[in-house]
Amino acid sequence: MKNQRLQRVLVTSASSLLAVFVALCICAVILLITGKDPIQAYSTLFGAAGDIKVLQGTLNRATPLMISAAAVAIGFKMNLFNIGVEGQMRVALLATAVAGAAVDLPAPLHILFCLVVAMATGAIWAAFAGWLKVKRGVNEVISTIMLNFVALSLVAWAFKSFFTADNAPGGLLAKTKELPPSAWFPDIVERRLNGMFFIAVLVLVLFYVLVWKTKFGFQLRASGANPGAARVTGVNPKRMVMISMLMSGALAGLVGMRALLGDVHAYQNNLAEQQGFNGIAVALLGRNHPLGIFISALLFGYLGEASGRLQLEDIPKEITTIMTGIIVLAVVIINEAVKRWDDKRIQHKAALALATRVVAQ
Amino acid sequence: MSENSESYRGPLAVELHGISKSFPGVIANYGIELMVRPGTIHAIVGENGAGKSTLMKTLYGMHQPDDGTITVNGQQIQFRNPTEAIAAGIGMVHQHFMLADNLTIIENIILGAEPTDNRGRINFGAARERIEVLMASLGATFDPGTNVSELGVGQRQRVEILKVLYRGAKILILDEPTAVLVPQEVEELFETLKRLVLDGSTVIFISHKLDEVLTYCDEITVMRQGTTVAHTTPAQVDRRTLAQLMVGSDLPDPSGRETKVGEDIRLQVLGLNVASEIPGAKLALQDININVHSGEIVGIAGVEGNGQFELCEAILGLRPKLSGTISVGGSELSGSDTRTRREMGLSYIAFDRHREGLLLDSPLWENTFLGREENATLTAGPFMKNRSIEADSRVIIERFGVLTPSEQVPAFALSGGNQQKLVVGREMASNPKILLAAHPTRGVDVGAQSAIWDELRIARDRGLAVLLISADLEELIGLSDRILVMFDGHITAELDPNTATPEMLGTYMTGGEIVTPL
Repeated sequence: MKNQRLQRVLVTSASSLLAVFVALCICAVILLITGKDPIQAYSTLFGAAGDIKVLQGTLNRATPLMISAAAVAIGFKMNLFNIGVEGQMRVALLATAVAGAAVDLPAPLHILFCLVVAMATGAIWAAFAGWLKVKRGVNEVISTIMLNFVALSLVAWAFKSFFTADNAPGGLLAKTKELPPSAWFPDIVERRLNGMFFIAVLVLVLFYVLVWKTKFGFQLRASGANPGAARVTGVNPKRMVMISMLMSGALAGLVGMRALLGDVHAYQNNLAEQQGFNGIAVALLGRNHPLGIFISALLFGYLGEASGRLQLEDIPKEITTIMTGIIVLAVVIINEAVKRWDDKRIQHKAALALATRVVAQ
Repeated sequence: MSENSESYRGPLAVELHGISKSFPGVIANYGIELMVRPGTIHAIVGENGAGKSTLMKTLYGMHQPDDGTITVNGQQIQFRNPTEAIAAGIGMVHQHFMLADNLTIIENIILGAEPTDNRGRINFGAARERIEVLMASLGATFDPGTNVSELGVGQRQRVEILKVLYRGAKILILDEPTAVLVPQEVEELFETLKRLVLDGSTVIFISHKLDEVLTYCDEITVMRQGTTVAHTTPAQVDRRTLAQLMVGSDLPDPSGRETKVGEDIRLQVLGLNVASEIPGAKLALQDININVHSGEIVGIAGVEGNGQFELCEAILGLRPKLSGTISVGGSELSGSDTRTRREMGLSYIAFDRHREGLLLDSPLWENTFLGREENATLTAGPFMKNRSIEADSRVIIERFGVLTPSEQVPAFALSGGNQQKLVVGREMASNPKILLAAHPTRGVDVGAQSAIWDELRIARDRGLAVLLISADLEELIGLSDRILVMFDGHITAELDPNTATPEMLGTYMTGGEIVTPL
């Protein structure tokens, strides 16, 4: 019995590892075509793992990826594809930067206040997509993509028109009024690893417990797996869509907090850019499972952190971006192929077990 | 086994000899012997899972047999794909229609075989001419320029047949064509087929409905557990013998009861009206009155789509009602949601186990847990007690004889009969007071069927009130204490199963007192 569960875990992890391996091979070919030595590139890239500073930076970069992947994954569990994490994050960033700078609270409370504001605004922005889906049947993929554009433009306009701090020194990026130090999320390692890492790990743990260990999580997964079957047992599918969209949006709101509360301490235009989109890749590679997400976020964080080293060898660091893209493609293709193979294998085994039992009778 | 085909000396339209085919997870074909004379309607009967569809897919070139020979019109042939089968004059009308709704009848028929002029443009005129000739030979009267979306089920099937004829098929395979038809349409279909046969075509007709096979077909080949077991004609067998050939033993008997029906009304439906999903259409349910006492099985007979589904949904609170009351054990249900109703002791075996019964990709233990999240032994506060849930699942698997290696297997790996036993087991596990059982034994083998019937009888004797919706008239007559007939959203008759016959039910089910001429 345990055996079968273990087999599933092994098959799943093996297919993700295979995807990463295939992506590395394809990138090696790309490097060869561009006249670079892939062995040298990879030894530089992965040689950086010995450096403690690189490892700290990896965890730091992995922090927002874990949260945004969790935001995507909680939607996936309900068969919802929230591509709007980026937009939800951006709305939450500006709202939190403005609200956080406007209040004066003692340190831990101030941070908590900022996190709550971020989650609330992220959830509100995601609620639009949820509402459209529940009330009007609008596909959430389309509405969240569109709402991303709306969010980006709206935030950029609001930021420029109302919230740019007057005292921004010339030549630097325009920023909002700086958050008071009481709202700063403390670093674990000065300027290298922010404490938000623990929040991200906490998010993954809570995600695991909620989805796999509670009744609510079961109903969420059941609605995702077969809405019809869940409905006849009395689970309201529309309510489930709304709740998972809200939770996804709330997590999306947290994605940018490492950059805002732990680093820049004010809103600026490129803050936490792309971290909402990158979460989709991490969730895919991590197969929507907290442990998988944790490992994938570390991998992507590492690639981002170590890519700087490549430049010293005159290899464009964009190769890691290409690698990330190819990993995602490989994951999608290989997962599907492996799933088909594994489904057949399981079916065959079940049939075989029955055949032997019937013969034994 | 082929005593009467000896008299025929010409080349057979189709001859299959020693065909075997194996797959992982499904019953394979082995030792198939099939001889189809040209110009006949040849029925292939067998239970669900007897291997009929697998065999027809072999003949249509959708997969290759592991062993054996296929001979068509005296020539031994191997088909690598359906295109080659079509070229040899074999056409297949699938059970599920494959028509594009937004195209016209002509466009659907010529799709993939368009006649073109020398500049590559579609020659609709030529197509229409040919289709009209074919339609005349079928006796079809619709305008080939109509959109398929405007056609009824029977007409759509006619278009499917035209599609096959257009490609020059002389041997037609029809896979359970009557499953989707109402009785009048069935008759029309067979009139069409008779015309085709007179024109020299051969029809291979797959079915498990014995009555229509005995009434309309010329010859019958019976399949059981993957192989052909008998070859006969309607003149040589009656319904009961044919059924016994199909299942290979005495048929399980749904009837029998020693206990008495209880006094108290468990489920009461009074003056229930439910609107149709289509705005402006007539009511889906009109003035429905049903009482189910404790320990009573009330059967609902009816052709599918006459309001049975809406009735279950209304009782479960999944569909709003216009007026009327639904009460369980005396308390009215109006304000309560589906979950509350279930906790009051309402249980539901859904119409379609794949669409509404199971989480196919999830392990069996999650499937047996579904809908029972409020069960105090399986959960603690907001948390699931996985060990208890798994243990409970093993109990259900054991008690209902679900054949599976373990409760960790995903549901899709089980056969249909075992999936159904799992669903029935889950719904009975919560010790319900009222069970809405929609087609509880649909598509399951004989063993599973008698196991499910036994469980229903035991639960009934303990006081369970059952509303049994079924298309299996023997099941209805055997199990029910009373039978109500639904037609067009009304309850049109109440019958005593001791005196009711399938023929009587059939008459009421098709809307009235008129006995349809056979």
